Amino acid sequence: MATRERPLSPHLQVYRWQITMVMSILHRATGVGLWFGAFGLAWWLVMFALGQDHAARALQCVSSPLGMVALFAFSLCLVYHLFNGLRHLAWDAGWGMDIPSVYKTGYTVGILTVVVTAAIWFFALGGA
Amino acid sequence: MNDLRSPLARARGLGSGKTGTGHFWTQRVTAVALALLTPWLVWMLVSMAGGDAMQAYTVLRHPLNALLLAAFCIAMFWHAKLGLQVVIEDYVHTRATEVTLQLLNVFLCTLGAFASVFAIFRIALTA
Repeated sequence: MATRERPLSPHLQVYRWQITMVMSILHRATGVGLWFGAFGLAWWLVMFALGQDHAARALQCVSSPLGMVALFAFSLCLVYHLFNGLRHLAWDAGWGMDIPSVYKTGYTVGILTVVVTAAIWFFALGGA
Repeated sequence: MNDLRSPLARARGLGSGKTGTGHFWTQRVTAVALALLTPWLVWMLVSMAGGDAMQAYTVLRHPLNALLLAAFCIAMFWHAKLGLQVVIEDYVHTRATEVTLQLLNVFLCTLGAFASVFAIFRIALTA
C-alpha cells in the first residue's frame, strides 16, 4: 500500500499542554499499566493456589523493595483509572460535558487520586 | 451502478468497528462492574497487609470473597482486553504486527482470566 503524505492530527508538538489532554493520556497510560497489573494479580492468586510454600514466596516477592514499588505504581494507576473512569461514565451519560465541568472534575480526580492513594497506603502500612 | 442491493445492505458488516457499539457497550458494562468491585477489592487487600500467608488464606477462602474476586478477575481481564485492543489499533500500523499483538492480547487475557478463576476456586475448595 502506498504511503500517502497527509496531515496528522493532533499536532502534539505545537499544542500547549492542558489538563484535558494530560488526563486523557494518563487514562490510557494507567490503563496499559493496569493490563500488566492484572497479570500480577493472576500470578499472586496462582502462587496461593500452588500451596503454602509458594504463597510465602509470593508474599516475600510483594514485600521486597521492587515489589513494593510495583504495588505502589499499581495502586496509583488503579485509583486514577477508577476515578477518571467514573468521569468518563458521567460523560457517557451526558453529564459534565461543558468546559468548566470538565476542568472542575479533572482537578477533582487529580486531588482524589493523591488523597485516596495516600489513605490506602496509610492503612496498609498499619497507620491506624 | 448495477447493484441491486440497498445502500444499507452494502454497508452492513463493513464498518471499521465491524461489531457496531458492541465493543463500546461491553467496555462500559465491565467498567461499571469494576467501579463497584474495586473499592471492595482494595479494602480486602489492605486488610491482608502486614499479615502472613495463613491470614491471607483465611480471607481468600471465605465464599463471598472468592465469588466477588472471581467476578472481579473476569471483568478485569475482559476490560483489559477491550482497552489494550484499542491501544493496539491506534498505534500499530503494520498489519502483521497488529494482528499478532491482537491475538496475543486475546490469548493472554483469556488465560489470565481462566488461571485466576481456577486459582480462586482451588484456594477456596481445598486445603
